[in-house]
Amino acid sequence: MTFGRGLRALSIASAVLIPGAFALVFFYAPNDADQGFVQKIFYLHVPMAIVTLCGFVAGGVYGIKHLRSGDRAHDLRSYVAIHMSLILGVGVLATGSIWARASWGHWWVWDEPTLVSFLIVFLLYACYQPLRFSIEDPERQARYASVFAILAGAFVPLNFLAVRMAESLSHPRVLSTTGGAMPGDMRITFLVALVGMACLFVTLCKYELASKAASMQLRALKRRLAGDDGLVPLNRSAAPQQL
Amino acid sequence: MTGTVAALIRKDLQLERRAFESVPAMLMFSISIFVLFHFGLDRGALAGDLAAGVLWVTLLLAAVLGMNRLFVAERDQGGFDGFLMAPVDRTALFVAKAIVLFSFLVAVELVAVPAFVVLLLDPSPGQAMPELLAVLVLADAGIAVVGTLIGALGVQTRARDLIIPLIALPLLVPVVIAAAEATAPLLAAQGAEPFPARWLAVLALYDAVFGLLAYAVFDFLLEE
Repeated sequence: MTFGRGLRALSIASAVLIPGAFALVFFYAPNDADQGFVQKIFYLHVPMAIVTLCGFVAGGVYGIKHLRSGDRAHDLRSYVAIHMSLILGVGVLATGSIWARASWGHWWVWDEPTLVSFLIVFLLYACYQPLRFSIEDPERQARYASVFAILAGAFVPLNFLAVRMAESLSHPRVLSTTGGAMPGDMRITFLVALVGMACLFVTLCKYELASKAASMQLRALKRRLAGDDGLVPLNRSAAPQQL
Repeated sequence: MTGTVAALIRKDLQLERRAFESVPAMLMFSISIFVLFHFGLDRGALAGDLAAGVLWVTLLLAAVLGMNRLFVAERDQGGFDGFLMAPVDRTALFVAKAIVLFSFLVAVELVAVPAFVVLLLDPSPGQAMPELLAVLVLADAGIAVVGTLIGALGVQTRARDLIIPLIALPLLVPVVIAAAEATAPLLAAQGAEPFPARWLAVLALYDAVFGLLAYAVFDFLLEE
């Protein structure tokens, strides 16, 4: 398995794009007329949220691929996508909370539908690792995790629809500002930040995939060296242990 | 397929009639929660969105009890193995279990909703009954579909009682949102108000999406 292909190019792209996006945020994009300097967290928060949600959905897509083909590499991809998205998700909740505090005066605002639906999705995915961990048989663990990933991936858009409908429409839609309402220099900055964040996400996923695959190979080699009596039992783990 | 489903439903209902494992527990649980809400909120009577919220949170928590128990007999007493050995479509098990969970929920609500009206609700929802029934049926269908799927997913794990509620509750948040929003105007203090039909559409959409998904993925939970 070669999960590391293109890793160098991706790493360089992220290393250029993320600082580049921050440079644009601080030196190029104008301060928001309404919220001032605080609004700049938008360029971190929104791309991170979009990438996280796409990562969750990608986990579901790899879940479908795993169930259709039975190829455990897809289960590993699904696991890594969801794992990375969970980590970024903590960042989304933290930055969203800071933004809410700065612009509305509260750490948490229930009538911001995007924030609330993100929390629900995050709570659901937080059960992914416990679910995997509580199933011992690796084959069944992979199968059940894929079923979960598919269900949860379909739940993401449905949940956003329901929560958005439930809230009063008094607050500005954050995502609608990515459309025509945003002035040109802000939009360019936002797009660079979004592409940079996506690059970073893919790079980190590839690193984790390569690392997991390498330790699996190492384990297989060790076993071959030690022969049958050197068999070390696998520790119970939420992460896939074998391909 | 129909025959298999009917046989499986008959088996589960007979089991429930003889052992009373789920429905009485769910019912007692709902009524205890109503009492808890009475003291927790310190209100003699509820109306409007507060009443809708209390009703739906209670019904959802009671449904989780049913989900926890739904597949226990299959796992502990070899029902899964027996079913897998039979030359029948595996989806039949999903359909049968979803119908069973749905009928358990209906049985619970037949008593719990009148109990709620008596214990906590201030204006009786007299003329709003047909609308309330529509909301109940659509929401129950959603809970039954998702509950059956998560019940089957969780029953094979080590921490079944923990995993099932943890996964099912966030998944059912849209049902609670839509059902509570649709019920709130029906239970308003000054008598039932017309309620927005879009919430019924959301519930129906949810049922359809998760029904299709469950149909697609349920087989993978059974493979051995």
